[in-house]
Amino acid sequence: MSLQALTFLIVGATFVVYIGIAFWARAKSTNEFYIAGGDIHPVANGMATAADWMSAASFISMAGMIAFLGYGGSVFLMGWTGGYVLLALLIAPYLRKHGSFTVPEFIGDRYYSKTARVVAVVCLIIASVTYVIGQMKGIGVAFSRFLEVDYDQGLTIGMIIVFIYAVMGGMKGITYTQIAQYVIMIIAYTIPAIFISFMLTGNPIPQFGLGGTLEDGSYLLDKLDHIITDLGFKEYTTNARLSLFNMFFYTLSLMIGTAGLPHVIMRFFTVPSVKAARSSAGWALVFIAILYTTAPAVAAMARLNLITTIDQPEQEQNLAYEDRPSWFRNWEKTGLLKFEDKNGDGFIQYTGTENNEMVKVDRDIMVLANPEIAGLPNWVIALVAAGGLAAALSTAAGLLLAIASSISHDLLKGVFRPDISEKAELRYSRIAMAASIAVAGYFGFNPPDFAAGTVALAFGLAASSIFPALMMGIFSKTMNKEGAIAGMLAGIGVTLLYVFQHKGIMFIESTAFLGNMEPNWFLGIEPNAFGAIGAIVNFSVAYLVAKKNPQPPMEVREMIERIRLP
Amino acid sequence: MNKDQSYWKENISLIIKCLVIWFTVSYGFGIILVDSLNTIHLGGYKLGFWFAQQGSIYVFVILIFYYAFKIDEIDQKYSTLNDQVK
Repeated sequence: MSLQALTFLIVGATFVVYIGIAFWARAKSTNEFYIAGGDIHPVANGMATAADWMSAASFISMAGMIAFLGYGGSVFLMGWTGGYVLLALLIAPYLRKHGSFTVPEFIGDRYYSKTARVVAVVCLIIASVTYVIGQMKGIGVAFSRFLEVDYDQGLTIGMIIVFIYAVMGGMKGITYTQIAQYVIMIIAYTIPAIFISFMLTGNPIPQFGLGGTLEDGSYLLDKLDHIITDLGFKEYTTNARLSLFNMFFYTLSLMIGTAGLPHVIMRFFTVPSVKAARSSAGWALVFIAILYTTAPAVAAMARLNLITTIDQPEQEQNLAYEDRPSWFRNWEKTGLLKFEDKNGDGFIQYTGTENNEMVKVDRDIMVLANPEIAGLPNWVIALVAAGGLAAALSTAAGLLLAIASSISHDLLKGVFRPDISEKAELRYSRIAMAASIAVAGYFGFNPPDFAAGTVALAFGLAASSIFPALMMGIFSKTMNKEGAIAGMLAGIGVTLLYVFQHKGIMFIESTAFLGNMEPNWFLGIEPNAFGAIGAIVNFSVAYLVAKKNPQPPMEVREMIERIRLP
Repeated sequence: MNKDQSYWKENISLIIKCLVIWFTVSYGFGIILVDSLNTIHLGGYKLGFWFAQQGSIYVFVILIFYYAFKIDEIDQKYSTLNDQVK
């Protein structure tokens, strides 16, 4: 069977599963729509959380980024996993105990203020919408590359699938589809990695293969370091991202952003108890770690495979452009791989110097082309396509639910129309979901210029606004509404300002009034890493403002004491 | 100090203990001390690099389950206390 037909078959089969689940797991009440009835098993929720969490960025882009950044790519590995420790120790159990449907609802209750709730909704929507745009784009790209349909057609198919199971099933439908999506995603990610690790090092476990030896007896990482430094690239295992100081803050921003992203926190409202919420965070990280500890192996092995396919010890033995393999030709067609014969000798030189002739090697092709580079069977390549789509769809659905429930439950039921019945609220929540999908789809069809850098930005925004408000709400009895509101606004404000002043207002480059230049960066911290500073601003402003205002009322202090007990 | 307060105090000290380890393996071993740890090798891995790309993640997983297990013990202790008071 041709690759094309096989891909349609496997991707089609996964879609049948998702839609089947949608009919089976229809939501009949707001309780089921927002928190899946609150009786999901902690291991099942852990799996759903892993799929919710790992987006197209984790599945497709991360290993590619690490492949080119080397050690500097560690910020994503540590940042996107370490946040779960904060979530499990500082946030999830207490919010589960409180028993609200949404994150802004908790903030509204804790800070006894509708204003605080609305500010939280605004922060949530800014962070989640920036995030979901990236997913919509991922869906369109995955379709167009693997199924050779139009970007627009692919996006439409993806939107219809999400529409069916998210509008019908709410959190309940999303939970069960995410479990299925996790299984597909992890199989698709690990199978090529196991094959490649075995071929290179003789060890089928990629985590060991990365520390193992090659056929010639030398260590894989030593060999990689040696080859690429000879070619003028920076050493793989020590190349820091800008500076260790910048890496510190980048990692911190991603970690506290993880613990402050509402679509992840919400998943812990679906388990039956506080105890289950704690262990569920552990299970989530187990399922995430399977992919995240495989990714560095995929990264280093893909980089080594790519280099050794092209460059040879003697330049005149390099790969001739005429003899390039079929994967090279295929990716050239997409424009993601580009060769320019600068010295006209017909051979390819891929180096870290100005003689480099591989003028474009897009980082996203590393995971996608990996099975082809290693010569794996077609069904594996088809599986990778299904895995990439599962990653983008599962995260998009989780984010859309966070947005929709904050509109129907927090804004409508909580603030503007508190008198509507449960049935009416369920109807409105479905309408809000459909509307959110339409808005996200609009941005998918007309991707704004800033689409590329948005995922990392979403973390900075969540880190600087929502995480501090939640943490102070649980761990301080004296934090009052004035402090929390001022803190959230200051945190998200200063983060947006920093990003805009260096990358342009709404990312329009010409409006960047301080320039995207390293010397202009505050302490050398890149804009994507600024969320941690935003969080510090949030905490400080909240503390100062809180001191000047009355303490929270007695009922709130009692509520804090209640949520602290399991 | 009543028992709810001492429960909370035990919880906080457990959290701090876990977060010290969390900080040490990632920011400590993976970033701040990475260069000196890289002089030590673990198979083909430089140790600092291993902590940044593998080790810290394993420790995070263990930490969450350790916390869940320990706080569960503390929960039990205080719930028996609760029964005795009643």
